[in-house]
Amino acid sequence: MVNSKYFFKGFKLIKSLDSPALALGASFIAIGALLKNIGFNLEQSIFSTFLTYALPGSLVMAESFLVGASLINIFLAVWLVNTRLYPMTVSLMPLLLHKSQPRWKYYLSCHFIAVSAWLIMKGNYQSIGKKHRIDFWIGIGTGTWLIAIVSTIIGFLASDYLNKDMMIGLAIVNPVYFTCMMVGEMKNLQINLSIILGAILGPAFFFISPEWSILYGGVLAGTVAYFIGELK
Amino acid sequence: MSEISSNIILVILVTSFATYLSRFLGVVSSEKIKETSKIFKWFNCIAYSVLAALIARMIVFPAGELSESDIFIRLFVVVASVVMFLFNKRNLVYPTVLSAILLALLNNYL
Repeated sequence: MVNSKYFFKGFKLIKSLDSPALALGASFIAIGALLKNIGFNLEQSIFSTFLTYALPGSLVMAESFLVGASLINIFLAVWLVNTRLYPMTVSLMPLLLHKSQPRWKYYLSCHFIAVSAWLIMKGNYQSIGKKHRIDFWIGIGTGTWLIAIVSTIIGFLASDYLNKDMMIGLAIVNPVYFTCMMVGEMKNLQINLSIILGAILGPAFFFISPEWSILYGGVLAGTVAYFIGELK
Repeated sequence: MSEISSNIILVILVTSFATYLSRFLGVVSSEKIKETSKIFKWFNCIAYSVLAALIARMIVFPAGELSESDIFIRLFVVVASVVMFLFNKRNLVYPTVLSAILLALLNNYL
């Protein structure tokens, strides 16, 4: 099954100094409070984070639910905002694939692919032998996922005590934390260019198409960065 | 089960399915991609740039609570937090705590 030594090695990363625990927790506290405010009960809020575990997708779900969007519209809106998970998976899983490991581990643990766990894994995979990377990854994923679930519960229960200032403060934590982690990942020309161009083109394409801006801007930025990096 | 709560369950299931789909298809594609290949490198660039695009959009064109703050205040808070991150041995705790307090304060008193 899962090698516990590597599982816990990954799991324990959530306690380290550069841990995402705090920022991830703050973001999901905000989600918990938001879900309560739009009429979810505690079980439904837990169920939502348990099954989705991707922050922007949950935000889109909440917004769509509030305006009474149809299920097919909710599906499309969430799928669009979460298609980023496709390139994230394709650029992570080949690093973890090993012949001796069963396939179900990959199909199950891809559920943990979200910005936090992905960035931690990208920053740490080289320290682990290829055979055990999937178990290490399952440890990281389980740790970050549990933080998200527990924080959703805290946010739901605390929502009556969270005033507007606190909610605005909690809302900025997630983008700030992601920005810092991305800056920490900048170590070669191709990646640096991808990040900088993406940050410019994403908002720029918002003027052309709000729904598709992340994909259009991101794919264009990444492709340009790739070719410039290959030419060098 | 009332109509609203069964509707909520459906909304959650649809959301989870829409999210898992991209992850699942990613694993299917990964089976054939070597980590040394050009296509892996290209996807790696796209993964980072799509993330950067998403984060930048959350800051510049936010939804929800954040949209009630001024864009220049948000940009200032983000830049101040990144500077703090870089000058504090890349510790993520300080800048994230600072950002929440700073934004709440500036949003009230500016």
